[in-house]
Amino acid sequence: MTSEVENKPVFCTESAKELVKELRASFATGKTKSYEWRLTQLNAMVKMMEEKEPQIVAALHDDLSKPELESSIYEIAMLKNSCRLAVKNMKHWMMPEKAKTSLVTFPSSAEIVSEPLGVVLVISTWNYPFLLSLDPIVGAIAAGNAIVLKPSEIAPATSLLLARLVAEYLDSSCIKVVEGAVPETAALLEQKWDKILYTGNGRVARIVMVAAAKHLTPVVMELGGKCPVIVDSDINLQVATRRIIAGKWGCNNGQACISPDYIITMKDYAQKLIDSFKYELERFYGKNPLESKDLSRIVNSNHFARLSKLLDEDKVSSKIVHGGERDKENLKITPTILLDVPRDSLIMNEEIFGPLLPVFLVDKVEDSFDVINSGTKPLAAYLFTNKKKLKEKFVATVSAGGLVINDTTVHLAEPTLPFGGVGDSGMGAYHGKFSFDAFSHKKAVLYRGFACDAFVRYPPYTRGKLGLLRALFDGSILGIIRALLGWSKA
Amino acid sequence: MEELKAFHGGRANLRLCFNSNQNEDSIFKALDQDLGKSPVESYRDEVGVLKKSVTYTLSCLEKWVAPKKAEVPLLFFPAKAEVMPQPLGVVLIFSSWNFPFTLALDPLIGAISAGNTVLLKPSDLAPACMSFLVETIPKYLDNKAIKVVAGGADIGERLLQLKWDKIFFTGSPRVGRLVMAAAAKHLTPVTLELGGKCPAIVDTLSTTPSKAKVTAKRIVGGKWGPCNGQACIAIDYLLVEEKLASALIELLKKTIKRFYGENIKSLKSISRIVNEHQFQRLVNLLKDPNVADSIVYGGSVDEEKLVIEPTILLDPPLDSEIMSEEIFGPLLPIITLKNIEESINFINSKSNPLVIYAFTEDETFKKRILSETSSGTVTFNDSMVQFLCDSLPFGGVGQSGFGRYHGKYSFDTFSHEKSILHRGFYPEIEPRYPPWTDFKLLFIKLAYEFDYFGLILLLLGFKRS
Repeated sequence: MTSEVENKPVFCTESAKELVKELRASFATGKTKSYEWRLTQLNAMVKMMEEKEPQIVAALHDDLSKPELESSIYEIAMLKNSCRLAVKNMKHWMMPEKAKTSLVTFPSSAEIVSEPLGVVLVISTWNYPFLLSLDPIVGAIAAGNAIVLKPSEIAPATSLLLARLVAEYLDSSCIKVVEGAVPETAALLEQKWDKILYTGNGRVARIVMVAAAKHLTPVVMELGGKCPVIVDSDINLQVATRRIIAGKWGCNNGQACISPDYIITMKDYAQKLIDSFKYELERFYGKNPLESKDLSRIVNSNHFARLSKLLDEDKVSSKIVHGGERDKENLKITPTILLDVPRDSLIMNEEIFGPLLPVFLVDKVEDSFDVINSGTKPLAAYLFTNKKKLKEKFVATVSAGGLVINDTTVHLAEPTLPFGGVGDSGMGAYHGKFSFDAFSHKKAVLYRGFACDAFVRYPPYTRGKLGLLRALFDGSILGIIRALLGWSKA
Repeated sequence: MEELKAFHGGRANLRLCFNSNQNEDSIFKALDQDLGKSPVESYRDEVGVLKKSVTYTLSCLEKWVAPKKAEVPLLFFPAKAEVMPQPLGVVLIFSSWNFPFTLALDPLIGAISAGNTVLLKPSDLAPACMSFLVETIPKYLDNKAIKVVAGGADIGERLLQLKWDKIFFTGSPRVGRLVMAAAAKHLTPVTLELGGKCPAIVDTLSTTPSKAKVTAKRIVGGKWGPCNGQACIAIDYLLVEEKLASALIELLKKTIKRFYGENIKSLKSISRIVNEHQFQRLVNLLKDPNVADSIVYGGSVDEEKLVIEPTILLDPPLDSEIMSEEIFGPLLPIITLKNIEESINFINSKSNPLVIYAFTEDETFKKRILSETSSGTVTFNDSMVQFLCDSLPFGGVGQSGFGRYHGKYSFDTFSHEKSILHRGFYPEIEPRYPPWTDFKLLFIKLAYEFDYFGLILLLLGFKRS
């Protein structure tokens, strides 16, 4: 095994080409299509998590100072569930789906058959580096594909661990990990893939899609956006506050695509909300959150600088009402709340992806919808209210990947809900059966017999045939009889 | 519900548009002008298809628009989960010249039914049809929400610079790449309905003569019937066992003569080549002397009328252009094999087609074709008709495209499926929140495994971390 000290062979376009060639040959043998292969891989993944949980938790702690509970639950347990769900349902998912046929093609039968797309590329990200690498792979395996995973170099310990674990537990003739940064990703993107699933930001997503366009490769893009939380008055404030905190600072310290990004609430409710936050934040993280073990750190100095810039903007720095302390050396920023930030500030226009929570004020709660719709469509949007009409208006008016009412982020754990964005927050979806579908081609199959050959289809074309065709398309038996008897006009 | 009302209005109007005899006659006239299509072919492949599509969509729309419930595990109780379709917003549809009505209006039906506003850009290579659409659509549909723009490639390029919420493209893979690259700049999702070489495997000649006759009719109907071979799902080439080739050719010749006439001078019931450029392209495919030598029927051309008669070739060289490019015209190569099962490898040596046709009654062979080849669709013992099934997704895979439509798939292709989770404030699960303890960790682990019994034990103090 090459150690980090020696020179690693450079992974260039040639290497990428060879890699894809090898995987296409493996796919062509039909190995990945078999139910047994898929089952073996998924079970191996579960085994990997059971046996290697401490190493995974350690790597996540190295990369992100992620608290053990977050690693255990949001990365490992969620992935295990995903594997188990696939194992349980895969046979059913793999079965062809019968499709109805109509009079127009009588007699016939039809079905839709799922087949793997072939050789797929999963490009993952750094904030949930374990989950977001392997969860798409669960779908790709269940659908019968050969796979290349490119984990994020911004979480290097996890990336290295993934490369080792995948080689140890999974079939490396069909599933490979390529570590690296921009050059390696570029080399991979030059190749022809049958599908690319990319999790990350909009800037790189555009590059991925342009590369995919050269080969007409379909893509799933799991991006981000500013996930708003509308907080109405007249709710259980304590529960709402805690759920927002859990979704914000409890999810990798705000560095999650579905973390609440900012809050919208009424002017006269704001103080009450902020007091509730202050109280609960202290209960969760203590008087000195810089020292709390229950908060991830900021992933690296680039992001630390980016977040500091958001806080230091002139019209924003005076709006801090809680937190704001920073520890540059340890890459920590305390849970920070800002009140009444200007609409045109950086912090209200860029995805925050960190522990800063601006509170934006409106006169009445209904005004929040305009605020949200004036921005790009987010991955998720949240509303805390007891009012039925407000819930209905929220669901009808706000376009986002997913909505949650009276909670935050938990829809992620619901495998019967498709998880994906719309507009700038992405395209395509996965989780549960949606993962299987994302990596499958749904092939339409029509079975016809030789009996009842409809002469109307064939030339020579006559007015009579025209009349009969009209009747046939109208689906009316009476019409057909009339046409056959020559009684309808052609 | 607003969308539903608008669509009902729109549909009623679309139907009105087609039910009006005057309009139907104008449509037939435009198709004859642009492509030489006969009214029967025009009704069968364009007007009839669209009427059927609108009727079907309207009968199902209320169902499609309704949110779908999703199961929620007990752990989340009380909670309600659902998936609700929403329009994507403002969508762009590019259609092609060979079925200028169907390929423009069928996606339009989907886009409207999903509640979007739409810009339709028909192909200028079918100018009479494009003019009809530009003039007539505003008379029937809400022209604040649905617009048609005339023009050529330059207009198309300018449209691609703008930000759309979806682009639906029907056309060639070359232009498909350009469309997707332009869409990438705005992260616009796309559906690409492209083409490829659709093979037909012929394994039924050794069965009864009547089945052989039907096979021949369906092959001829599937090659020269749809716009004289200028269709993405037209049969491109045939694969047949050596020993059956001459019988097949004889049957095909008879059928061609019966359907279309004895020779190029008496050709009828068949479209012409759309323009000079396509005509030259097809004529050039026959210029290679090895290819010309393999012609066993037809081959005559009339440049003035843009007519090429139905032409059959027997075993042209496999590396010739006619065997590597999508033909999209009235030339039918027949490739002979020692054993029909070799057709699977032959097909797999080329890029994924939009459709694979297989005329066979061998159930084992059918299963092999299904599992060992990849195509948008597979149709057994017929040609073209899969296009009429509203319950089958219509689209490609690999180089033949991605995304799909027809029936509910049209509605879905222009919708965003939004997930919605409704929660109550009670009960509250304390272990969700920090500060973290071993108890909370175990609780959540059990919760994630939906191990309710384990949870109860834990809460009663009978489980230790």
